[in-house]
Formats: sequence, C-alpha cells, structure tokens
Amino acid sequence: MFSFAPSLVGFVRPDIDWHAVAPELTLLGVGAVVTLLDIIFLERGRAYTSAMAGIGLLITLIPIVTLAAQGTTREMFGGAFVVDNFALVLKAMFIVVAYIVVLLSTNYIAEGDYWENEYYGLLLSAVLGMVLMASARDLITIFVALELLSIPAYLLAAWRKGDLKSNEAGLKYYLMGVFASAIMLYGMSLLFGLAGDTRLSEISVALSGGDAEPVAILGIIFVIVGFAFKVSGFPFHTWAPDTYEGAPTPVTAFLAVASKAAGFVALLQLVYAGFGSRDDVYEPLFWILAVGSMTAGNLMALRQKNIVRLMAYSGVSQAGFMLAPLAVIGAIGDEAVSAVVTYVLIYAAMNLGAFAVIITVARRTASGEISSYSGLFGYAPGLCVVMSLFMFSLAGIPPLGGWFAKFAVFRAVVEADTAWGYSLAAIAAVNSVIALFYYAKVARMMWFEAAPAQADMSALRIPPSLLAALGLTAAATLLFGIYPPAITHFTDGALIALSY
Amino acid sequence: MAEFLNDWGLSLATFLPIIGAAVMLLIPKENEQLHKLIALATSVAVAVFGVLLLIQFIDNDDYGALNFVVDKSWIDVIDSRYIMGVDGISLPLMLLTMLIVPLCVIYSWNHFPEPRNPKAFLMLILILETGMIGTFAAQDLILFFVFFEVVLLPMYFMIGVWGGENRRYAAIKFFLFTLFGSALMLVSFLALYFLADPTMVAGELTRTFDMRLLPDAAAGIAKSSQVWVFGGMFLGFGIKVPMFPFHTWLPDAHTEAPTVGSVILAAVLLKLGTYGFVRIAIPILPEAAAEWAPFIGLLAVIGIIYGALGCLAQRDLKRLVAFSSVAHMGFVMLGIATLTDFGINAAVFGMVAHGLITGMLFFLAGSVKERYHTLDMTRLGGLLVQAPRMGWILGFCVMASLGLPGLAGFWGEFPAILASYNPAEVLAEETFRSYMVVAAVGTVLAAGYLLWMFQKTAFGNPKDEFANDPNVKDATFSEYLAWVPLLILILLLGVYPQLLFGATDPAVVNSLSECLESATSEACFDAAAGQ
Repeated sequence: MFSFAPSLVGFVRPDIDWHAVAPELTLLGVGAVVTLLDIIFLERGRAYTSAMAGIGLLITLIPIVTLAAQGTTREMFGGAFVVDNFALVLKAMFIVVAYIVVLLSTNYIAEGDYWENEYYGLLLSAVLGMVLMASARDLITIFVALELLSIPAYLLAAWRKGDLKSNEAGLKYYLMGVFASAIMLYGMSLLFGLAGDTRLSEISVALSGGDAEPVAILGIIFVIVGFAFKVSGFPFHTWAPDTYEGAPTPVTAFLAVASKAAGFVALLQLVYAGFGSRDDVYEPLFWILAVGSMTAGNLMALRQKNIVRLMAYSGVSQAGFMLAPLAVIGAIGDEAVSAVVTYVLIYAAMNLGAFAVIITVARRTASGEISSYSGLFGYAPGLCVVMSLFMFSLAGIPPLGGWFAKFAVFRAVVEADTAWGYSLAAIAAVNSVIALFYYAKVARMMWFEAAPAQADMSALRIPPSLLAALGLTAAATLLFGIYPPAITHFTDGALIALSY
Repeated sequence: MAEFLNDWGLSLATFLPIIGAAVMLLIPKENEQLHKLIALATSVAVAVFGVLLLIQFIDNDDYGALNFVVDKSWIDVIDSRYIMGVDGISLPLMLLTMLIVPLCVIYSWNHFPEPRNPKAFLMLILILETGMIGTFAAQDLILFFVFFEVVLLPMYFMIGVWGGENRRYAAIKFFLFTLFGSALMLVSFLALYFLADPTMVAGELTRTFDMRLLPDAAAGIAKSSQVWVFGGMFLGFGIKVPMFPFHTWLPDAHTEAPTVGSVILAAVLLKLGTYGFVRIAIPILPEAAAEWAPFIGLLAVIGIIYGALGCLAQRDLKRLVAFSSVAHMGFVMLGIATLTDFGINAAVFGMVAHGLITGMLFFLAGSVKERYHTLDMTRLGGLLVQAPRMGWILGFCVMASLGLPGLAGFWGEFPAILASYNPAEVLAEETFRSYMVVAAVGTVLAAGYLLWMFQKTAFGNPKDEFANDPNVKDATFSEYLAWVPLLILILLLGVYPQLLFGATDPAVVNSLSECLESATSEACFDAAAGQ
C-alpha cells in the first residue's frame, strides 16, 4: 500500500526563499492588478493604468533594495535561480528602464487610438521576463524568461493595429524571433545532451572535460547565434530597422534598450557561467560578431534619413561595442562582465533619452525624418541641447556618459593584452569616429539648419511625464560622464562577478 | 593666501568658467548685456587668478617641479585620479589661455557674428576655457583625455553655427579628424596603463595613469611595444598640432570659423597637441621618441615648406594665415623632434609666440573682413591709407610672424633651427642638419609670403569699390582693448626672452630622460631593464 505512495506524494516542494523572489512576485501582482482594473472598470479605468504601472514598478524596487542591503547571494532550485549582485544591479536597471518607458508611453498611448490597458499589462509581463532573466542560471529558466519577455514584445510591436507598418513590424519581429528561438533551443538541446543537466554550472563542467567535439561547438554556436538576434548583432540584425520604425516609438525604446540588455544578460550568464573554458570556440565568434556589428551598423547608419532607423542601426553598432569584451572574456573574466554591464547601463540612460526626445519632437512635427529636426534650436532650444547631449554621448565624447562606456570596453579589450584584443581596440577606435558622423548629422540639423519656411515656430509644450523622462535620462547621462564612480560603484568587476 | 592658492587655486581657475557658463544658462537670452558682463567678469576673474597663481609660482621658486598639486580620488576602479598641477612648461600656456579668452570676449563685445545669440556664443567660449586650462593642468592621463575632448564640442558648434559659407563641412571635418586621433590616443593610454610596471601609490602596488609616475613605470616596457604605443599618441597629438599630412582640417576650420573661434583655435587649441608631445609622449616613452624623432622631424620640415608654399597660393587672407600656422607649428615640432632641452625650450617658446602672433593676425583678419566684407587679397589694398593704425598693427604682426629679431616670433624659430644642428646624442646628426637647412629655407619663404600678404592688403591705394566706403574705419576702442596686451607681450618677449625661458628651462630639463644623452637608445633601455 505504501509502495506507490512516493509516486503520489513524491513531489516535495523545493524550499522557496520568498524574499529572493519578492521582486518577481511584486511585478506579477502589479501586472495582475493592472489587467484586472481594465476588466472591472472598463473605460473608466483608463486614466489610472499608466500611473498604476509606474507606481507598481517603483514598488518593485523596494525588495531589490532590501536584497541588496543584505548583500548575501541566494540560490534556489538547485542553483537554477540565483540572486547575486549581478542579478540585482540588472533587475534594478530593468525596472528603472521600464518606469521610464511608462513615462514615455503615457501621452503616446493615451492620445493615440489604441486601447491602453492591455498595453501596460503586456509591458509589465515583458519586464517580468527580463527581471527573471537576470537571475536565470540554467537553460530552462533562461528559455522561459526569454519567451516571457519576447511574446508580449511581439504584440506590443504591432500595437498600432490600423497601421500597415506596425503590422509589418510585429510580424517581422515575431517570425525572426521565433526562428532565433528555435535555433537557440536546438543548441540548448545539444548542450543538454552533452551535460545531462540544464544547469550552467554542470554544463561548464561537462564542456571543460572534452576536446573540441562537434556537438559542443555546434551547441555553443547555435545558442550564441540565437541571442545575437536578440541583441541585433550583425548579420542577425535585419529585423531591427523595420521593427523599430513600425512599432510605436515607446515600444521601440523598450526594445532598443531593455530587450537588448536582456539579451546581453543572457549571453553573459551563458558565456561566463556555462561555456567557461571553451574560449577557443566563442571568442573568435564574438570577435567576428563585434567587428561586424560595429562596422556594418555604422556604415548603414550613415545612409539613414529616418531618425528611428538611424537609431536602429546605431543600436547595431553599439551592440558591437557591447559584444567586444565578450571576445576577450576568457582572459579577463570579471572585468569583461563589468565592462559589458557598465556599457549596458550607460547605454540605457542615453538611448532612452534620445527616444524621449524623438517622441517629444514627433508630437510637433509628426515625422520621423531627420530633416524634420531642422531649426529645432529656434523653437525648442532646451530640447535641442538635451538631444545634442544624448547624441554626443552615444558618440562617446567626454564629459558625457558615453565616453566612460566606450572607455570601459577599450580598457577590457586592451587588458587582455593579445593581438586579437589590440586589433579589436583599433577597429573600435576607428568605428567610434565613423559613428560620430551620423550622430553629428542630427546635431547639425538641429543647430545649423534653418527651419522650413511654413514651420510652426511657437514654443514647444512638453507634457510632464515626458519632461520627467527627459530630466532623469539627461541627469544620468551627465552624472555618469563627469563622475564615473556613480556607475562603477555598481559594476566593479569583483562585485559583479556572477555566482553559479 | 599662499596655502589657499596652493590647494585650491588651480581647480578654481579651471572650473570657474564652467560656473560662469552655468549661471548664464539660468538667465534668459534676451538680457544680452548681462550675459556679456558675466562672461567678461568670469574670464577676467580667471585671468586674475592666473596672475595670483603666477605670483605664487614665482614665490614657490621651484619652476622645474609641479606646483599647486592636487591629488584626490576620482575613478578608483580604473586607478584614475584627479591630479592637477603646473610647472614651467604648462604655466605659460595656461596663462596664455587665461589672457586670450577675456580678450576674445572684449573683441566680440560689439560684433557678434551672425546669428548673434551672445548667450550661447559666450557660454561656449567659457566651456572651451575650462577644457583648455584643464588640459594644461591635468596630471592624470584619463583626466587629460577628458579635458582634451571637452574642447571639441564647443569648437564644433562655434564653427558650425557662427561660421562662414562652408561651415558645416569645416565643423564636421575638424571634429572627425581630432576624434580619430584621440580615439587611438586613448587606446595608447590604456596600453601604457596595462604594460607599465605597477607602482606604489598610497602604500599600495597598483597600475596608474599618473603622469608623474609613468616615466619610471614605463621604462620596463619592451621597446617594440613602446614604439606602437608612441604611434597611437603621435596620431592623437599630431593631428591636433596639426602636422603634415594631417593638417587638412586646419585651413578649412580656420577659414570658416568666426574670428574669435579662429583666434582661440590658433592661440590655444593647436598647442594642446604639441604640449601633449612635450608633457606626455616624450617624457614617458623616451626610447620610442628617439625611434620616432627622425620621422617627426621629417614631417615637421615638410610642414614648414608645404605650409609656406600653401600660403603663396592663397587669395584668401584668413586661409593664408591658417597655412602659416602649419608652417610655424612645423618649427615647433622640429624643436621637439631634436629631443634636446634647447630644442624643447624653443618649442615651448614657439607655442607661446605663435599663440600671441597668430592670434593677433586672426583678430586683424576678422576686423578686415568686417570692414571690407571680403578677405580676397586681390580686392583688398591700401589699408595703410584708409585705416593707418590698423595697417601698422598688421605690419608689426607680420614682422613678428616672419621671425624678426627683437619680436617674439624670432625666439621660437631661431633656437629650433639651431637645436637641430646639434640634436640629442641618440639621433643622427646628418639627418637633423639637413632638416636644419630645409627649415632655414622655410624662414625665407615665410618672409616672402608674409611680406607679399602685407603688400597686397596694406600698400597701394584702396580699390575703387572700397575707396569711399564709410564702413572702412580705423581700429575701434574694443579692438584696441583686445589687441594692446598681445602687442605688448610680443614686444616684451622679443626683447627679453629670458622671461619665458627662465620658467620653461628647469621644467624641460626635468622632463627629459637621461637616456637621450647616451649614444644609443639601447644603452638606456638596457639600463632600465637591468634595474
């Protein structure tokens, strides 16, 4: 009678550290409340959803801060879910980025013809996926987190239902994303077959044993290629410009910053914790991806006439910079993780800021053409200064934040002290010059060119939520550049080393 | 007071302009008069600080060492610190900056170039000032890099917004060229950081960006790596100087920039490059410098001749002065390439002299342009008839620029030529002596193009189109106010060069490694490796 009892009650609930999952649970709760609000109050609930989502996100910061204050590394589910400094810093970043995206969306969604409540619900569930990703240390958790953040994003990209371009954006993003997921999943299955375990720590052990058997190499390559789609690295970037252009601009900002960052988080975890000793396989791959992305992204960006497409290609090029430290991660370990995270954080501030300006300007010009920025200095000098700040920060000019991001990458690749590292540094240096050309093109339009004759030159009114987003991102961009310890405090190599 | 100046003087002088710019940011742009006053007050206050620092510097009586040293933590993670300090090399250049900026503010008082907007224009000048002073004061490579780059944006906007016909092209060209050099320079700084031996800083053995410690720490770097690292710096500084063949941005930038922009560009920005060689590249990597010196010397003399020939082909007055800058900076670089204390002293003198003289020439070109609305020398003429005082001031500056003894320009060129007769022991004498001959020919050409320019613009009778133009007046009050200090200094330094050499010499001697005294750079290298 007792013989089959284990098969019935054999499931023992694993220990759950409620404090460690508090951020995820809070987000889930907020998402549920926002969705319920819509079901119960229907139209009347509209006015509150964006505020609810924003406040909910800020509340989610509380458990993150308390966890950080305790400072202990927590593990659950046999090491599949880890809360360490790395995870906390990135979770906080995802939450803050999402908060700013909510600020950007408030007017955009309220004033468009789009039903808004599901919007925030979907946004929050995508954020949940990202927050989960920061803690994922096994293949299944990574995959679940990835799908959790991707599927809402596919829907959000197609949010402007009546617009063909938006439909195209959503469909393209969906097809490419699913394709990438499939490749990645195949790679993961190969790795699982090799290691017999989904945890990265076990995979690391299994990989370090054998020599270059094709299964391991294929597995690693497929997984990396899958995420190269997510971070829009060359040559897997083709979806980015069309999706960015067609999607609602706040969603574009979300994809360009948060979704890309999530891809890098996953890559860092996989490479640092999982592929460890196989730098002979992944380093050349990342070298090619980095050089290809920064060069091709730059060259294509030079020809763009639409500001959002420009940002898409500039994003490809910036992804190349973020990929660069991964090409030397075998030699310098923690320092490469630190460089990538530093870059991702600073990039988030300046890129979101640039999108905030794009959204604000589009309220007046209703256009995405770069030429529509001509004469901006005439009717919105403050906005013009702020946009120049973001553009030159993206180009990496001191004393704006971007310089330190680029510096961190240069430092990492030079530290490796290999021919590959130095060549990467030289190529990156040349690329940062090419990039300046198109960033300066935007500045040139705003400052040097006169406004078109029939333009409305009355002062531009900026709604408070956009103003807040602009202020936050501009202040962060300046602060990170003038006083880099504000960022290195969180991204120091020793502090942020992943535990697995 | 002495203690206050020693601890705070330098940082205050550096950041005061930024504070002034921040105050101006808060005031609406309609209050033009107030903006001008704030900008003037700020820049004059900085100049006063400069004078106080100078007095204290003389009082400290240690020209060779760094004065006013501040050493605070900044970016601990990368071991970069906030280290400031000036010695006899940097002080003259810093004072030159502090002098030029208020003069520029005064000069633009009543003639802001289109599209006016004094608020933005003056704010940019003040931000530029912080960048320039900071670059001369920084003693940490990363801090130096940041200040070095801070000057780019204001200058880009100044050329792009207030410039001439072709300003967009000139602005972006200036920006791209400089950025290309400085990106590679940054990679070199990083390589230096990782390759140099760890040093004791505050009781801990760490890597460092400290320019005071790096000369010793870098001695152990393999020579082949040193040569590469120097190469990166060479591009960064050489483009800024600018050396042939990287000079092409300069004529465009100068021609298109507003008068004040040209003055600052010529008087100070170009010196950031040569200063980088004297302060960073040569003291830290002397062996690599010895390898590169013949090549640098060659480019320098090509620059001298090429710049002079370029001048002779110009019709545009401003473009001519720009090309003459290429030639003059060639003399400075030749002095540096000799790697002797004599040559480098001459180079520092040349930087200051060129700053004063060419700054003056650009002021004059701006005033000519304002009166005649053209700088085409075929249409100009008779300045001495129509505006005699201005004409004579131009004549004075032309004489100074061509290196007439008794004026400042002479002491930059002549010792540089002399130094290349007898370069550092490690360098080949024959090479530098042939450079000397070429450079001497360059001085003749310089006299040629400058006198030709003077003849074209000042001699003869005014052309018909301007003969009765009421616009053509003699120098105005604000112009005198801006010019007289420069003219006095040109004369003073020309008559009594010891004023400057006295300050620079101890610092130059300190900065040069003994290796350069020995017959081969290998000997020095072995000594370092053996330690």
